[in-house]
Amino acid sequence: MKKKRNIQWTTVLAILIFVFLGTAPFYMSMFRIGLLGKYVCFAIVAVGLDMIWGYTGILSLGHGVYFGLGAYCMAMYLKLEASGGALPDFMAWSGVTRLPLLWKPFANPMFAMLMAVAVPVVLAVIIGYLTFLNRIKGVYFSILSQALAMILAVLLVGSQGFTGGSNGLTNFTTIFGKSLSAPMTKLILFYVALLVLILIFVLCRYLVKQRIGKIFIAIRDGENRVRFAGYNPAKYKVFVYALSAAIAGIAGAIYVTQVGIISPGEVGITPSVEMIIWVAVGGKGTLAGPILGALGVNAMKTIASERFPEMWSYFIGILFVVVILWLPGGLVSLKEVPERWKKRFKKQILTEEKEEVLPEGKEEGEIC
Amino acid sequence: METFIMQLFNGISVSSILLLAALGLAITFGLMGIINMAHGEFIMIGAYATYVVQNLFRAYLPEKLFGLYSIAALIVSFLAAALCGLVLEKLIVRRLYGKAADSLLVTWGVSLILQQLARSIFGAPNVAVDAPAFLENSLKLGTISLPYKRLFILVIAICALVGVYILMYHTRYGRNIRGVMQNRDMAAGLGVNTKRIDAVTFSMGCGLAGLAGCTLTWIGSIGPTLGTNYIVDTFMSVVVGGAGTILGTVFGASFIGLGGTAFEFASNASIGKVLIFTCVIILLQFRPKGIFAVKERALED
Repeated sequence: MKKKRNIQWTTVLAILIFVFLGTAPFYMSMFRIGLLGKYVCFAIVAVGLDMIWGYTGILSLGHGVYFGLGAYCMAMYLKLEASGGALPDFMAWSGVTRLPLLWKPFANPMFAMLMAVAVPVVLAVIIGYLTFLNRIKGVYFSILSQALAMILAVLLVGSQGFTGGSNGLTNFTTIFGKSLSAPMTKLILFYVALLVLILIFVLCRYLVKQRIGKIFIAIRDGENRVRFAGYNPAKYKVFVYALSAAIAGIAGAIYVTQVGIISPGEVGITPSVEMIIWVAVGGKGTLAGPILGALGVNAMKTIASERFPEMWSYFIGILFVVVILWLPGGLVSLKEVPERWKKRFKKQILTEEKEEVLPEGKEEGEIC
Repeated sequence: METFIMQLFNGISVSSILLLAALGLAITFGLMGIINMAHGEFIMIGAYATYVVQNLFRAYLPEKLFGLYSIAALIVSFLAAALCGLVLEKLIVRRLYGKAADSLLVTWGVSLILQQLARSIFGAPNVAVDAPAFLENSLKLGTISLPYKRLFILVIAICALVGVYILMYHTRYGRNIRGVMQNRDMAAGLGVNTKRIDAVTFSMGCGLAGLAGCTLTWIGSIGPTLGTNYIVDTFMSVVVGGAGTILGTVFGASFIGLGGTAFEFASNASIGKVLIFTCVIILLQFRPKGIFAVKERALED
């Protein structure tokens, strides 16, 4: 009974957020819409991360990699369109005289968009297969995924002539022949991002409700039991890892069209861990929560870095500590806090009056 | 041949710093199941402690005694980092035992706070520490010259290693640590004060990181983000070697240190990182919990 009510409330929350985002262009300046579009891309990543962390219990600290790969694929197309198929400016600066073979097919937008999904998926399947199949799990996986984020950032910076080095790819002009700076294009891109967010939200919600979603949750709560029940958890883990990588890749591709720059700074360790905090703040394992978290944290980040930039590090640091230690359910679980206190209070009075210890196991709600 | 020996020496030198940082990390991970992401910041604390000691010596003591600051700095950096570690343990880490993923994120938050704190106190630009005069030259062996600085660091790392070994395997306290590591409840049942063991061990691990920070000041400048440069390599050392064993940590640190320099020499800095990462993944295929992980039959989740 209680569970049913809970699900409804998060769905309502998600719909409210979507309505707010959908109507935002009617009463917000174009500048704010640009920012909002960026946050929507982050929200897409957060939904994907929630699938893998919130539902399957795998903490990946390297999703900046997949976000970055998607973004770079799209940026290569935009860059080639900006230079009219000729050699992009940064290549000339770093002494490259001919367009590398790898870059050539990216002149085609369809290919670029396909690659923005395919490259992250392929990498995720390889990494996932090598780690999950041999039962490298828990924090060992987290540390490896973090190393992956560092390596990609180093690689991108290192191969200057190929990727633009630490400046990244920028100075785009048009997309599909339309000017990127035109308000109409920006508006359309914003709605595209929102539409993708809604579609991915619906898809993930559908998956979670299916049998496969139950297996994800089962892997999170007791992987060995799943194994003994005859499932192969590694396959499901690889699948969910690839799924979240694909989602991150899509988000990256949309991000670069809106923001107009992608650099190794958005790929490395710090942004990857920041993605985790969006999910944690919103509430992992709810799908609506991470969207709220991504929008909220980034909005605060923008405000903080406009007003008092040096406070931001303190703030996000404290946020990490407070949310994970004292509010593991995130913002979504805030409304349950009074109930929890009431319960604790009641329990205290009961034990004081009757001097009896309540049965412990029941309250935990363990599934046997 | 010369270049080979120089590369080997460089590799050993990097390994020795990694070893100092990784020793504490491996012990705390094995003991408490804590991943301390703020470990790199204890390296930074040690480095800044050295900087402060150097400035104090320069300001208040005669020129002749300046070289002695290095000895004082070694002690102070250890104590400063250990003290900060103790505070962190009492305030936060205590609540996270056994929750590795949570501890990872919380300590990441702590590391952000500590970095910003360092930025507020010492300023964002890097500061430099002058190495004492007796470390300036290098040992000449034929055509090869080995800098005294790096030799000194190697000696410190070996001393720390021997110290930790004796502590872990030849004292009552070490026996208690190993007991808690193997079976916490049983150790507690036999009268070991596990909370105290946890706190002291954690702060000792942080102290070793501080020592690593002190040695780092002699081979480069120091800044608020000093720790982040080393943290990934340190963690990889622990992952490869296996948590909780000294031998594993030595192996992991040498593997990452030597392998990293070798690959970087053979290709370039970024490709070298990719190659070493690939090697780590391949090694973990055979031993998912690290090469020297403590064997156990229990099925863990």
